[in-house]
Amino acid sequence: MNSNNNILVKLNNAGFRQSEKWLVEGISLTIEKGKIVTLIGPNGSGKSTTAKIALGIYKNIEGSVEKYTTKVGYVPQKISIDWTLPIRVYDFMLLTETIEDSAIDEALSLTGVIHLKNKNLGSLSGGEFQRVLIARAISKKPELLVLDEPVQGVDYTGEIALYELIKKISDTLNCGILLISHDLHMVMTATDHVICLNGHVCCSGSPLDVAKNNEYKALFGEKASQILTTYEHKHDHVHSDKGEIKKN
Amino acid sequence: MFDDFFIRALFAGIGIAFVTGPLGCFVVWRRLSYFGDTLAHSALLGVTMAYTLDLNIAISVFLISSIIALLLIQLQKRTNLPGDALLGLLAHSSLAVGLVVIGFLTFIRFDIMGLLFGDILAVTTDDLFVIWIGGALILIVLKLIWKPLLASTVNYELAEAEGLNPDRAKAIFTILMAAVIAISIKMVGLLLITGMLIIPAAMARNISDSPQKMVLFSIIGGLLSVILGLYSSLEFNTSSGPSIIAAALILFILSLFKIKQSIKLKN
Repeated sequence: MNSNNNILVKLNNAGFRQSEKWLVEGISLTIEKGKIVTLIGPNGSGKSTTAKIALGIYKNIEGSVEKYTTKVGYVPQKISIDWTLPIRVYDFMLLTETIEDSAIDEALSLTGVIHLKNKNLGSLSGGEFQRVLIARAISKKPELLVLDEPVQGVDYTGEIALYELIKKISDTLNCGILLISHDLHMVMTATDHVICLNGHVCCSGSPLDVAKNNEYKALFGEKASQILTTYEHKHDHVHSDKGEIKKN
Repeated sequence: MFDDFFIRALFAGIGIAFVTGPLGCFVVWRRLSYFGDTLAHSALLGVTMAYTLDLNIAISVFLISSIIALLLIQLQKRTNLPGDALLGLLAHSSLAVGLVVIGFLTFIRFDIMGLLFGDILAVTTDDLFVIWIGGALILIVLKLIWKPLLASTVNYELAEAEGLNPDRAKAIFTILMAAVIAISIKMVGLLLITGMLIIPAAMARNISDSPQKMVLFSIIGGLLSVILGLYSSLEFNTSSGPSIIAAALILFILSLFKIKQSIKLKN
C-alpha cells in the first residue's frame, strides 16, 4: 500500500449493534485517495451500515474509525425528504456547502439534469432525483465520496454513463470512493478493491481474487462468479471462444 | 415617541414578527408546533417565578422554558413514552403547577386573561428593549446555525455525514425557541404564541418555492398580522393576541387562492 497520508478513512475491526443485534461486526477497511473500494453482498448484509460507520453517522460503534478528511460527499441509499419544505434543485445543491454557480452548473450537466435546476425537488422522478443526488455529492469536489447504490432507478444508458462518470471523477479529483453496488460489471471494470460482506467481511481483495473465492461463490452463486471472471477472459483472447462464460 | 402605549405595542409586535417569521418556518418544517405549545404553556410557571422573585419576566420565562426543553430531551432518552405524550405531560403539568402557584400568591393581583391572550397595555419601554436586543441576538444565532439546521431538516444523515454537526444545531435551536417565547409572551399571550410562529409560516409555504422565500414571506406575513391586528385591537377593544392571530388567519386564507391558481396551471 501507499504511504499513510493517502489514507482517507480507516476502519479498525468496526461493528455496530442495534438493540442487541449485530448489524455488522469486525469490519476493517481502508479507503485511499484515487482508489475505488466496493462493498458487495446480499440484502441486509450490512453494506449501508458499514458506509454509515465510515461516515461517522453511527456513533456508538465497536472498534474504531480513523477519518483524515472533512471534505465528504454522500449519496445515501434511501432519502426521505419532507415536502413541507419548499426546495428547488438549486437550493439542494447548496445544502451543505456554499459552492459557486459555475460548479453547480457543471455538476448538473455532468449528470445530465441541468434542465431541472429551477425545478422543485419534490417534482422530480426517482431517476432524476438520483442524478441530482450524485451531482450534489460531486459538485463540492470532495476528497471522500460515499455512494450507496447511486444509480438506483436510473435508466440503462444513464447507468453506464454515470458509472463512467464516477470512474472519471475518481481519476480527475483523485478522491477516494466507497461504492455500494449490485452491478457486478461495474465492480469488475472500475473497482480497485472489493469487499464482500455478509454481516462480516466474507472475503476481500481485487475483483478477480474475490470472484474466485469460494465464500463469494457460496454467497452469490456460480453464475455471479462467472460474470466477474468473464472480464478476465475478455482481455485474454485465448479463452474468448468459451460461449458459456460470455453469457452475462 | 414611546410614551404612547400603542406605539410601544406596535414596535414590540414588529420586533417579534421579525423573529417569529424565520423561527416559525423551522417549526413548520421540523414539525415542532406541539413542542412550541409545550414551551409556551410552561411559560406561565416562568411568569409566576418572575413575580415571586421579582425578576424580569422575559428572563424568567426563558429560564423555565429552557429547563422544560432539557427535561423533555432527558425524558425522551430515559422513557419509552412517545414524544407527543411527553409533550402533553410537560405542557399541562407545567400549566397546572403555574396556576396552582398563582392561587397561593394571593398578595399579587394577576391578570390571567392578559397572560393567556396578551395585553398591549402591558408593554413597557423595558420590554421593547428586551424584545429588540433579544430578537437581534436570536436572529444572529439563527443565521449562524442556518446551514446545519436547514441541511439536517432536509436530511439528518446527509448533514451528519458531511460534517455539519446537526445535533449541536438542534440543541441551539431549542434554546432559540425558548427565547422567542420569552420575548413574545406579554404581547401575544401564552396560548397563542405557537399561532404566531406557525400561521405566517404556513401562509408563506403556500406562496414560496424556496426556503429563503418562505422565510421572507413569513416575516412579511407576521408584520402585516401585527399591524392589522393591533389596529383592530385598538378599534374594537379586543385582546391583542387574538386580534393578531385572527389577522394572520385572514392572510393564510388569502394565500390559499394562490395555491388554487398554481394547481390550475399544472392541470
